[in-house]
Amino acid sequence: MADLRTNFVGIKSPNPFWLASAPPTDKEYNVVRAFKAGWGGVVWKTLGEDPHVVNVNGPRYGAIHSGDRRLLGLNNIELITDRPLQTNLDEIKRVKREWSDRAMVVSLMVPCEETNWANILKRVEETDCDGVELNFGCPHGMSERGMGSAVGQVPEYIEMVARWCKANTRMPVIVKLTPNITDIRKPARAAKQGGADAVSLINTINSIMSINLDSFAPEPTIDGKGTHGGYCGPAVKPIALSMVSEIARDKETQGMPISGIGGITNWRDALEFILIGAGTAQVCTAAMTYGFKIVQEMTSGLEQWMDERGFSHLDELIGKAVPNVTDWQYLNLNYIAKAHIDQDKCIQCGRCYAACEDTSHQAISNAPKNGKRHFEVIDEECVACNLCVEVCPVESCITMVQMTKGTDPRTGRKIDKKYANWTTHPNNPAAKVAAE
Amino acid sequence: MGHPDIAGRRLSKDAYAKNFADLHPPLSAHEALVESDRCYFCYDAPCQQACPTSIDIPMFIRQIGAGNPLGAAETIFEQNILGGMCARVCPTETLCEEACVRETAEGKPVKIGLLQRYATDAQMRTGRQPFQRAPATGKSVAVVGAGPAGLACAHRLAMHGHDVTIFEARKKPGGLNEYGIAAYKSVDGFAQAEVDFVLGIGGITVERGKALGKQITLEGLRKEFDAVFLGMGLQGVNALNSKHEATDGVEDAVDYIAEIRQAKDLGKLKVGRNVLVIGGGMTAIDIAVQSKLLGAEDVTILYRRGAEQMKASGFEQQLAQTKGVKIKHWVSPRKVLAKDGKAIGLECEYTEEKKGKLGGTGETFRLKADMIFKAIGQTFVPDPMKDALVLDGGRIKVDASRRTSLPDVWAGGDCAAGGQDLTVAAVDDGCRAAESIHEFLSA
Ligand SMILES: Cc1cc2nc3c(=O)[nH]c(=O)nc-3n(C[C@H](O)[C@H](O)[C@H](O)COP(=O)(O)OP(=O)(O)OC[C@H]3O[C@@H](n4cnc5c(N)ncnc54)[C@H](O)[C@@H]3O)c2cc1C
Ligand SMILES: Cc1cc2nc3c(=O)[nH]c(=O)nc-3n(C[C@H](O)[C@H](O)[C@H](O)COP(=O)(O)O)c2cc1C
Ligand code: SF4
Ligand code: SF4
Ligand code: SF4
Repeated sequence: MADLRTNFVGIKSPNPFWLASAPPTDKEYNVVRAFKAGWGGVVWKTLGEDPHVVNVNGPRYGAIHSGDRRLLGLNNIELITDRPLQTNLDEIKRVKREWSDRAMVVSLMVPCEETNWANILKRVEETDCDGVELNFGCPHGMSERGMGSAVGQVPEYIEMVARWCKANTRMPVIVKLTPNITDIRKPARAAKQGGADAVSLINTINSIMSINLDSFAPEPTIDGKGTHGGYCGPAVKPIALSMVSEIARDKETQGMPISGIGGITNWRDALEFILIGAGTAQVCTAAMTYGFKIVQEMTSGLEQWMDERGFSHLDELIGKAVPNVTDWQYLNLNYIAKAHIDQDKCIQCGRCYAACEDTSHQAISNAPKNGKRHFEVIDEECVACNLCVEVCPVESCITMVQMTKGTDPRTGRKIDKKYANWTTHPNNPAAKVAAE
Repeated sequence: MGHPDIAGRRLSKDAYAKNFADLHPPLSAHEALVESDRCYFCYDAPCQQACPTSIDIPMFIRQIGAGNPLGAAETIFEQNILGGMCARVCPTETLCEEACVRETAEGKPVKIGLLQRYATDAQMRTGRQPFQRAPATGKSVAVVGAGPAGLACAHRLAMHGHDVTIFEARKKPGGLNEYGIAAYKSVDGFAQAEVDFVLGIGGITVERGKALGKQITLEGLRKEFDAVFLGMGLQGVNALNSKHEATDGVEDAVDYIAEIRQAKDLGKLKVGRNVLVIGGGMTAIDIAVQSKLLGAEDVTILYRRGAEQMKASGFEQQLAQTKGVKIKHWVSPRKVLAKDGKAIGLECEYTEEKKGKLGGTGETFRLKADMIFKAIGQTFVPDPMKDALVLDGGRIKVDASRRTSLPDVWAGGDCAAGGQDLTVAAVDDGCRAAESIHEFLSA
């Protein structure tokens, strides 16, 4: 049986599934329920200084749904904890004592002065928690007060605060990054420079969920007004994966432990984060949508997959996909593929035709065969863009088939088995001519 | 009314194959994903509460949705090792699917039974057991009857490390899964494949052709084993209380169904051209539908009360009707009409309920019949135990942990009092008894 035990910068947990700092980890009651359900660890809801902040008393969430009301994306305007600091610290200490095998990380956000950080770190250490996560991510409310993403968007601040924290505590320090920035590598490098042990990402993304057509106000609406919130849930996963991969493959941050967050809903999502470089997987929206029990599906799925594939430890998997992430310029331009429609599977809806004819390369024919609707790929036109594959409603009805010999009927060029990329392509004005 | 027309080969070979194919074909991978997507992962889910074996339905459906059918199967088998058969035979329309919140919302429940089949089939295809035996305890348990109750009990006991011997009167194990369930619900030898799957845990020996009351006695078992579980089902048949019951052409439905289930060549089975079925339960529906599928021209179920009182669910009644079976309510048989010792028809009387009491109206009519099936319920035959156990309403009295009046004897399934006479209920009984036996043996 696969072993899911995790050691992340010295923080041990029975499995890599942690609850992200958010309402699920807001207080003792929730966290105990979560541990009972099987979560490997939690990052406690972000603590701040007293007097504690207050939340709005109207809707703080908005969402987008599928037609069948499956929640695809969630947005929130909640702030950090709205309970007194000591209340939280007492609860953290109690829970950690009761559940010593689980990871207990405490998320923090205080104003940008060393004494503020030093003071809170001292008090947090007394809880015997396993580490701290610096919340440089919240994109709403707190950022207006010079905290959260307002810090996370300035690499110099990140480095400075990380350094203060490392100087003022023996605990591992994880820096939680905001995705509301153009180049995620910059804040990650800064965290490393500052001595942080790890980074976690992503926090939520700036978003307005919808505009109400009757009140002309953004949603969620409070007394006729709305504000942007933080976006999370399944819809943000691709953005988070990309950001994690950037940090995992950046020369300066390579090898720095990463805790992956963003849209993780089942074991597959978690494993994808692990493969792209994450040592643990944090979850918020999925738990908020379905309850704590989902962790059982995650552990079962990951164990089952590892057993089937013959992996016994997570260490064998962390970052396994990273070497396969590259820059566009290094993709093999000699790789030729063609779309292929499996006529036995095709239900003749014509979506591939509409997509290709109207918006791609006019590479699908629509000529009736034996008096029936019939769609077929024209190899002479197909550039293998994959659009038809993605719009076809039937799974694996259209597939991409690699051409390994002969001539590409579109270009008339012979298939070249040699790898060749843009850097040496004749159309590239900056192409380096191979030394004679 | 001439001579009875009872014959085999009423249909072409292909027609038999087509008629007795899977009633609900399995879901494809795509269908299973779409269906799993419909599940809301309800909290304290009503479907799970409605399942006699309390399978964690939202969890296994979520596992299917997450591309983990084997994990889903394990979730099912943890609670119900015969989850594969239950997926095929459970009247889900009165159990989990009736309770599903999407039944409440839209009248379209999540297809839990078919999803369960999808997952359990995936596990069965691997040929592996998801469970391992605990270290051997050195204790031994005798299980009488290899039906769903006995098999479930034996499996759970084996998991706990006890040595189990099953004594089964018939040649094949499986109980009614093998001999009773309608052929189109369990195709391709599934019952035996499932028995092999269950026994795959190890630590279970099956002694075939060993009947309690014949080759073995309860006293003997109690001496030889540390505990005994009785899962013998129902072996008796209710009498019709009508004249000429013993006439040729009047058959016991359960026996005839067993013949259908065991037939290598369905064409060899002789079926009447006009068939009457007396009864209102699942057995009545099953024999009526299967007679029709064997090529009977007219099949009519006669039931003494109305549609609502029938034990067969609305879905089952509809199934019979779509197969062309006629259901006549408020009639009761009076006399089998015979010619030369062979049944040729049935005299019936209309019934009515007056002040809660059922009685005949006095008005009678005659129906032509070449074959008449009795499906008016089975009874427990206590003879093999020779008064050793306290009965309750004609079946073995048990407490909540399925323990009988004897401290080292447990009972479950159809032979125990207070049950539902369903495969899934028998499995639950077997499991509960096993846990109680385990506790007893560990004390
Ligand atoms: C025709 C028919 C159709 C049915 N269809 C359905 C359905 O679609 N869905 C559903 O949920 N339920 C159905 N049922 C009910 C279901 O089959 C039973 O509730 C279930 O099989 C009971 O399991 P059991 O283990 O208690 O008994 P059984 O399945 O009857 O098994 C008892 C076993 O004990 C053996 N045995 C009996 N006496 C002795 C003895 N003295 N010594 C040793 N062994 C002995 C028998 O040979 C048999 O193998 C149907 C029943 C019938 C009759
Ligand atoms: C209601 C809500 C409150 C949150 N509060 C915090 C917080 O206090 N501190 C923090 O670091 N992140 C907070 N987050 C962000 C989450 O921890 C997480 O980074 C984000 O939701 C992405 O993960 P997900 O897609 O699994 O939800 C919050 C998210 C939500 C939905
Ligand atoms: S989720 Fe609970 S607290 Fe929130 S609005 Fe609904 S009922 Fe109120
Ligand atoms: S989109 Fe798919 S199913 Fe529809 S016509 Fe094209 S190949 Fe066929
Ligand atoms: S009641 Fe229906 S929707 Fe809810 S968990 Fe059960 S199957 Fe899913």
